[in-house]
Parts: sequence; C-alpha cells; structure tokens
Amino acid sequence: MAEYSAFSLLKNAFSGNRDWKPAWRKPDPKPNYDVIIIGGGGHGLATAYYLAAEHGITNVAVLEKGWLGSGNIGRNTTIVRSNYLLPESLRFYEYSMKLWENLSHELNYNVMFSQRGILNLAHSPGQADAYIRRGNAMRHSGVDAEWLSPQQIARRVPGLDTSASARFPITGGLLQPRAGTARHDAIAWGYARAADRRGVDLLENCEVTGFLRDGDRITGVSTTRGDIRAKKVAVAVAGSTSRVLQRAGIERLPLESHVLQAFVSEAIKPFVNCVVTFGAGHLYMSQSDKGGLVFGGSLDFYNSYAQRGNLPTAQDVMSEICAMFPSVARLRLLRSWGGVMDMSMDGSPIITKGPLPGLYLNCGWCYGGFKATPASGYSFAWTIAKDEPHAINAPFTLSRFERGAAIDETGHGPTPKLH
Amino acid sequence: MLIDCPHCGPRDLAEFSYQGDASRTRPDLGSTDTKAWIDYVYNRPNPAGRHREFWQHAGGCRAHLVVERDTLTHEIHAVAIARDAAGGDAA
Ligand SMILES: Cc1cc2nc3c(=O)[nH]c(=O)nc-3n(C[C@H](O)[C@H](O)[C@H](O)COP(=O)(O)OP(=O)(O)OC[C@H]3O[C@@H](n4cnc5c(N)ncnc54)[C@H](O)[C@@H]3O)c2cc1C
Ligand SMILES: [Zn+2]
Repeated sequence: MAEYSAFSLLKNAFSGNRDWKPAWRKPDPKPNYDVIIIGGGGHGLATAYYLAAEHGITNVAVLEKGWLGSGNIGRNTTIVRSNYLLPESLRFYEYSMKLWENLSHELNYNVMFSQRGILNLAHSPGQADAYIRRGNAMRHSGVDAEWLSPQQIARRVPGLDTSASARFPITGGLLQPRAGTARHDAIAWGYARAADRRGVDLLENCEVTGFLRDGDRITGVSTTRGDIRAKKVAVAVAGSTSRVLQRAGIERLPLESHVLQAFVSEAIKPFVNCVVTFGAGHLYMSQSDKGGLVFGGSLDFYNSYAQRGNLPTAQDVMSEICAMFPSVARLRLLRSWGGVMDMSMDGSPIITKGPLPGLYLNCGWCYGGFKATPASGYSFAWTIAKDEPHAINAPFTLSRFERGAAIDETGHGPTPKLH
Repeated sequence: MLIDCPHCGPRDLAEFSYQGDASRTRPDLGSTDTKAWIDYVYNRPNPAGRHREFWQHAGGCRAHLVVERDTLTHEIHAVAIARDAAGGDAA
C-alpha cells in the first residue's frame, strides 16, 4: 500500500495512473477477533483506526453489509462545525474539530478539510439574541465565534439577499471561522486505508444477520459470510441501529429512523465562499470544489427507512434557497438523494458500553454525525478498549434519559423529528 | 405520498402533520411505575415495515388520524379516525 506524496502523484501521473495499488486488502473473515465493529461507515472505520493506532488493538474486523462508505458518510452535505450551545456538546464537537485540523496529515490522505467558515443567519431580534448567546458560550469554551452585522454579511456573501425588502430580512449572523466542509468519501477511505495497514480486516458485503450469545453475553455475530466470534462487538450502523439491535433481542430504543434529503445544483463559477444557513427556515448551503451548490433542509418529518424522500420537502427546500439567494432560482438541479438517520430523543448521540454484556453502542447522530466522525471514532475506541468512557463521551450514555440528564440542544424534548 | 382522509378523500402529504408513533400506551395517569413512564416517553420500536402512527389533517378537516404505513416503501395500508381506532394512545 503506497503512501501518498508529491512524488507518488508525479510518478503515477507519468505512468498514466495505471499503477495505483488498491487502498485496502480484501481478506476473508477469520473465525475469531478481539473486536468486531458492525458498520463500515465513517464512525465504524474511525473506531477501527483508533483502536489500532491509540490502543494497539489490531485483531479487529469491520463488517459492512454493502461497500465501505455506502451509508450516510457518503450521502451528507459535508458540513463540519463545533458551534453548539451546551457544554457537553461543545466539548465533544470541538474535540472533533481539533482532530479534523490534523486529519489529512495523520492519515496521509487528503480529506480536503476546508475551513471556509459557517455563517448562521438570524432574521429577528430574538433569533439574534439566541445566536449571540450561543457565540458567547462558544467563546467561554475556547471555541471561535464572531457576530456579524448585516453590512459585514453583505460584503462576505455577495449573492445573499440582505436587503430590507427580503421576505425574511437579515438582522445579523453568527460566524464560526474555523468551521467548513470536507470530502465525505475521503474520510471513509482515509480511515479505511489507515486501519487496514495496521492489520484491521475490512469485510465488505458482510451483513450481520444475528448475534451469537452465551446467556446474556454477546460473543459474536452471524453474517452472510458465516459466523464470526469476538470478545467485544461494537455497533455503529446509524439509521439501521434499531433493526440490528432487534436481532440481539433489544426491542425498543430511544431512537427513530428518519430520511434526510440532499441536493446538488449544476456547477457555476465561485458563488459562496463559506457555509451559509438560513435561520428563517431550515437550510444549509455551500459550494463544492466542482462548483455545484450543495444544500439541504429539514428531514421528511415521518419515520422512514426508504433511502429516498418525498416531493413536498424538496419543494420546501427549493423555495427556501430561492428566498435566500434569489439569483439561483433558474439553476438546474443535478441530483437529490436521501439517507436514513438515527434520530435520538434529545438530538444528541449515544456512545456507550452495553446495552448487553459484550456489546458497545454508537448511534443517535441525527442530522449531524459527519463532523463528529473523528471524535466519535476516538471516544468509541477508548470506551471499547478500556471499558469506560473518555471524558468527551461520558455524558452520552443510554441511561441519560432515565436519569433526567438529556442533552437537548434545541429544547424540543422527546420529539426526534424536531432535533 | 397521498393520505386518504376518511372525511376529505385522498390529499397530498403536505396537508398533513406527523404526530409520531401510535403504538405506545400511556401508563395510567396515577401510575408511579417509573420504568413504564420512561419506556412510554423515550423508547420506540422503530420498525422497518408496517408502522401505526398519528397524523393530523392540519390543512384540511383537522381530524387526528391513525395511519398504518410502511416505513420502507411509504405505502399506506389503512387510515382511520383516531378516536375510533382501537388500542394505542388515541386519547
Ligand atoms: C442527506 C444528509 C446530509 C447530512 N449532512 C450532514 C452534514 O452536513 N454535517 C454533518 O455533520 N452530518 C451530516 N449528516 C449526518 C451524517 O452523515 C451521519 O450522522 C454520519 O455519517 C453517520 O455515521 P456513519 O458514517 O457511521 O453512518 P453510515 O455511513 O450510515 O454507516 C453505517 C453503515 O452500517 C452499515 N450497516 C447497516 N446495517 C448493517 C448490518 N446489518 N450489517 C453490516 N453493516 C450494516 C450500512 O450499510 C452503513 O454503511 C447528514 C446525513 C444525511 C443523510
Ligand atoms: Zn380531512
């Protein structure tokens, strides 16, 4: 497996890019592992990497029912930020941000992390107060945040309708300059390659269909490629969490699965140089390196396992982007798709030991698990290796709902569609 | 997706508002069984397949409905007025 470098790029360019080696092996399953991770998304792959790199645990397999990165890690709108309000969330997502800032270097893989900034627009004095409060909370925790006036916003994002006659006039905006976007596939592939070369087996087309158990204890899994035993089994399957855990006899969890759509327009010349969110509705938009506008809005609002959405939400999102940037109204839409997300009861993730002996659970990412990928993998690996949480994931237990310790950023209560 | 409202006939999804899982049963209001309350408030079966759920025809007759819908295919199997639908937390 070759390292990537300026030299290797040049050498392969001269030989017509025909000699690149596959980035990871395609091994057959072994009968036994120390740790099995179910789910070859960003979180599963990052967990495998940190198990090997940080804890020296390399007898590990990642089991993926499709191909690596075919889930939400490859479907999201690529926004990375740590502009949260609550201390638990701030600490976790800022930890992730710091890992992002060194990730291309650490993995020797260009994840195209671009700290172009995220701007949350406010459209009423109340909303402005809420954003300023959040900005202050961020700065108290050592996270970067700046309040921008409408004039500063007009200079920064020229295409935006900042006029007083806009349907929802802009009263200001909260900017996190260190936030931005990254290449979603590259995260999966970068972690996959780095885990593989430390000895982790990446098993694709290997669907988990059941669990092996000894009494209450989970001792392995049945898969479409046979039974595989392990001392520890970790689940990181995002929108499929309820379905997978049902096979271990866990019938109910504080989760619902919902579909979220994303959209890409035809490519245009450079138009927006940061991520912009429309606070009067729910819309987030950035421009890809190829020039397409990448954007999304709310989920479809009802439980869904279909990896496609329905038209009313698409229409809503289009009307919002046109309200925000009237000049994009005649752009053509190239693609849209949906991903099935694991919406939790308080909008925050669950990274924990359990709920059965031998089992470890990583889920509840809602709309926002892409940015979390490094910290999720890092703290989940820690939890699996040491059988206790790292400080950053200690609050994100399954039992927090029973203990009245929910981490509810938006204050919407146990209504997953609203988180 | 079209939902066939018993009062108004088949109407566009956009006229309805989703109110969540209809299969939960609220414990008796006097109950002090904490486990039962936690289960009712926070835990969901979240099935891939048939799901009984509440919808309100908010942009129409405003009736609350119980809809049985497939969460994998979006197919709708049954629609009933919530008050008449037996079982669940239709109160
Ligand atoms: C449209 C959309 C836009 C989003 N935008 C953003 C954003 O801008 N910023 C952000 O931070 N987050 C965003 N998210 C959320 C983010 O993408 C996810 O939270 C995150 O990627 C989920 O973690 P994951 O990558 O491990 O999950 P996934 O990539 O979904 O990985 C789970 C894997 O488990 C596999 N699996 C499932 N069942 C089994 C089984 N039985 N056996 C074996 N394997 C199985 C699946 O095939 C899948 O590959 C968005 C999500 C969507 C859908
Ligand atoms: Zn009606």
